[in-house]
Amino acid sequence: MTDQAVLMLASIVTAGLTMGLGAVGAALAESRIGAAGMDALARQPDEAAGITRNQFVALAMIESTAIFCLVIALVLLFANPFITT
Amino acid sequence: MRPDLFGDVTVFSIGPLPITRTVVTTLVLSATLAVLGRLTARAVVRRPAGRLAATARLTFGFLEDLVQQTAGSSSLVLTSFAGTLFLFIAASAIAGQLPGVEAPTVKLPATAALAASVFLAVPIAGIAKRGVWGYLREYFRPNPLLFPLHLVSEVSRTLALALRLFGNMMSGSLVVGLAVALVGLLVPIPLMALDLGIGLLQAYIFAVLACVYVGAAIRVGEEER
Repeated sequence: MTDQAVLMLASIVTAGLTMGLGAVGAALAESRIGAAGMDALARQPDEAAGITRNQFVALAMIESTAIFCLVIALVLLFANPFITT
Repeated sequence: MRPDLFGDVTVFSIGPLPITRTVVTTLVLSATLAVLGRLTARAVVRRPAGRLAATARLTFGFLEDLVQQTAGSSSLVLTSFAGTLFLFIAASAIAGQLPGVEAPTVKLPATAALAASVFLAVPIAGIAKRGVWGYLREYFRPNPLLFPLHLVSEVSRTLALALRLFGNMMSGSLVVGLAVALVGLLVPIPLMALDLGIGLLQAYIFAVLACVYVGAAIRVGEEER
């Protein structure tokens, strides 16, 4: 294999790993936020608006870690600075 | 196949300055929003019972509520700032659903510009409220050792703001593009709906975070009293 082929192989494998491992953490954290939000809603249905708003903000903050992983995976696949085509 | 996710298409150039497609859609979108804003403002004055006036009032009430609840105090300037961000990002998410139109927020430079406006708004609001010295003093609290950390947080949250919006919008359009390329008919519709929903949610979150950041710069002084 040439150097370029090794680089491509490594990039593709790393992109998959990045996305997969990155999604695990975000998924676990989001499930906890969802559970906590349901719990809070069941306890205080009157505060539904505030709870939902804060829940969505928290979800988006957590999800951004997975999104960063996605951006890095896409950079590896489509805009890799080390692979010359 | 290598989709160009990070670059942009140049439509035409003025001298050495390339005018990309993002710039064109941004300008058209801004003009549309400005005209709509004029129309609704006129409707509120002329026909206060009309549908357009009700829409304008509901929108403004929603934005004012958002600022009130996240920044702690409602001010017209902050409401206009966060409201502009929300309306622009939401409008670009909606415009992205039109055939042949690409949402400007799909490109990193556009989202970076939006994040940069928040980055600049924070010191401007802080200095306007508390003076140059009062604002800069915040960086050395509670201990001067934390000064580098304050700087890092300022930069990293701006970066996160830009990348979050870009990643969400771009991944949405990428997934829709893949579904269209693979199946084409009916199957991409739920994905398009998801993309639209995520776009509106991201607009809300961007506005909320802008309010939180600006509100933190304004509010710190009130806690010590």
